[in-house]
Amino acid sequence: MSKPQPLILLSFLLLAVVLIVLPHGLSYSQREILVFLTINILVVSSYRLLTLTGEWSLGHIVMMGVGAYGSALYTKELGVPVPISMILGALTAGIIAWGLSFPLFRMKGFYFLIGSFAAGEIIRLLWKRFRDPFGGPKGIKRIDPFPDIDFGFVRIDFFDPVNYYYFALIIVILCLVILWRIEKSMIGLTFHAVHWQDKLAESTGVNVRAYRTLALVISATFAGLAGTLLAHYIGTVNPNVFDIEQMVFVLTWAIVGGTTTIYGPIIGCIILTALNEIVLREIGLEQGRPLVYGLILIASVLFMPKGLEDVVKKVIELMKQHVFRGRIKDV
Amino acid sequence: MIELLLQTGLNALFAAAYLSLVAVGLVLIFGVMGVINFAHGELFMLGAYVVVALYTNLQMPFFLVVAIGLIFVGLVGIVMEMTMFHPLRDNPLGGLVASIGFLMVIQALIILGFGVRMEHVPPVTQDVIVISEKVRLPVQRLFVILSALVCLSALWLFLKRTKFGWALRASAQDPEAAMLQGISTRTVSIIALFIGAALAGVAGSVAAPVISISPVIGHSVIVSAFIVIIVGGIGSLEGAVLASATYAFIHTVITTFVDGVIADIVGLSLMLMVLIIKPTGMFGTQDRV
Repeated sequence: MSKPQPLILLSFLLLAVVLIVLPHGLSYSQREILVFLTINILVVSSYRLLTLTGEWSLGHIVMMGVGAYGSALYTKELGVPVPISMILGALTAGIIAWGLSFPLFRMKGFYFLIGSFAAGEIIRLLWKRFRDPFGGPKGIKRIDPFPDIDFGFVRIDFFDPVNYYYFALIIVILCLVILWRIEKSMIGLTFHAVHWQDKLAESTGVNVRAYRTLALVISATFAGLAGTLLAHYIGTVNPNVFDIEQMVFVLTWAIVGGTTTIYGPIIGCIILTALNEIVLREIGLEQGRPLVYGLILIASVLFMPKGLEDVVKKVIELMKQHVFRGRIKDV
Repeated sequence: MIELLLQTGLNALFAAAYLSLVAVGLVLIFGVMGVINFAHGELFMLGAYVVVALYTNLQMPFFLVVAIGLIFVGLVGIVMEMTMFHPLRDNPLGGLVASIGFLMVIQALIILGFGVRMEHVPPVTQDVIVISEKVRLPVQRLFVILSALVCLSALWLFLKRTKFGWALRASAQDPEAAMLQGISTRTVSIIALFIGAALAGVAGSVAAPVISISPVIGHSVIVSAFIVIIVGGIGSLEGAVLASATYAFIHTVITTFVDGVIADIVGLSLMLMVLIIKPTGMFGTQDRV
């Protein structure tokens, strides 16, 4: 058991090097996509936390929007400095989710899916309808960027996508570690229990409703944080950024990637984004992009119902067997 | 004031007509297959583009084109059943995602074929039924209302009076018991997909001259249809029709007297309220279809 550990360490090191070097090999627009991708990984990973309890929401992207609008308004209207406003924005998303949990958790399964869509869409339409303070259909413009950091000898300008990518990457990795710790804790185990054995969990004294609410609030808070990362990078938010089409993308990342592992949705997000934004653009299929994307979506649920994570699991299994066999030969 | 209300009522009747066609199809597919067809709005859009292609561009007679639209979109429904919903019958979430993929494919194909711009279909007739000074009903809109009446009555007769209809309702209520009775649930699901899709297609075709057509109209149609099937009680065809009328009336009145976004908010709140208070819907029972 102690033998493969250097291997894991090595692969983590390799991953770190790839993540650091990656933006330098890309064009400017690809660097921007990389920033969005990093933020989206947080969105889909936080979404997964909710799916652990067995509920699929269509309002998650609006929670991201609540964070973005919240942080933007706190800086613009109240003059809160940017890093603090981001935390406040994320907390706002958590609080709104807590409020929504009261009506929404009267529903389950398909009804929850539709109910969360309705709740999210109502919030989005409120942004669209009320020019003051949400800016109406055009949204909020000229949001304060993340402030430059001046060390004296070196100045980090967050307008540069590479710098913002590093910043977002650090935040996202921190959040992923927190999400992972939550899942491995008693709370996370209870989420699983709530999903697979809710009656049994309830009979052993677990407050199922409270745990569902907790999952919703945590996932919304992290989605809100992702929203603030987006808002202070692009500098403008409007209702269309958080519409059902974007939600569909999050849903498909999670389903194509698979949600039983923490890396499943991340792989789904990376592969589908790379495919949609880079591969299909490169081969010049601008208008045909949704066509190919849609076909891949259908094919992946038909032929890969357990998601990409299942493929990864099998590859790891094969590699393990290979290593194992090699060692026996050595002996 | 009364005249304005009457006119709004007529407008609502028109909206209710095509909305109920779409919603009833959606309910039928859900009842039999247990899957929510996210691409249902796109089937409506496809129906409208059949009219653009054959009536506007090729000058074929309008009612022939509507019939072609019905059959063509119905066949698209069968394709969906065979390629996606049947293989994914044990995986409702997978069926949902596949239908999202299908939605993107149809939209992209239409954009590739017709472009993203709005299409204008010239009306078959410019006649207007003048009820009073301010209350008018264009005959083109009357066509939509009449065809909804015809299609829904035909569907009702089919479901209640024919053997196929009995089989369809039986397998919606209890697929296993239906199979034990010798009903081929596969044939039933193909028929349900054909009818469900064809209803959306005919709605799109017949409404094409009176609505503005673009490749993205499916979106607003499916949102309204979702509201309607929830308010009507998912699985209830009569409920879907009643809820279509209620929703169309409320939505049209608020759009006329306040504004469109508020009307959408009220519609969604109505749906949320129904979900909170009575998740089986206002007119729903335990049975499906």
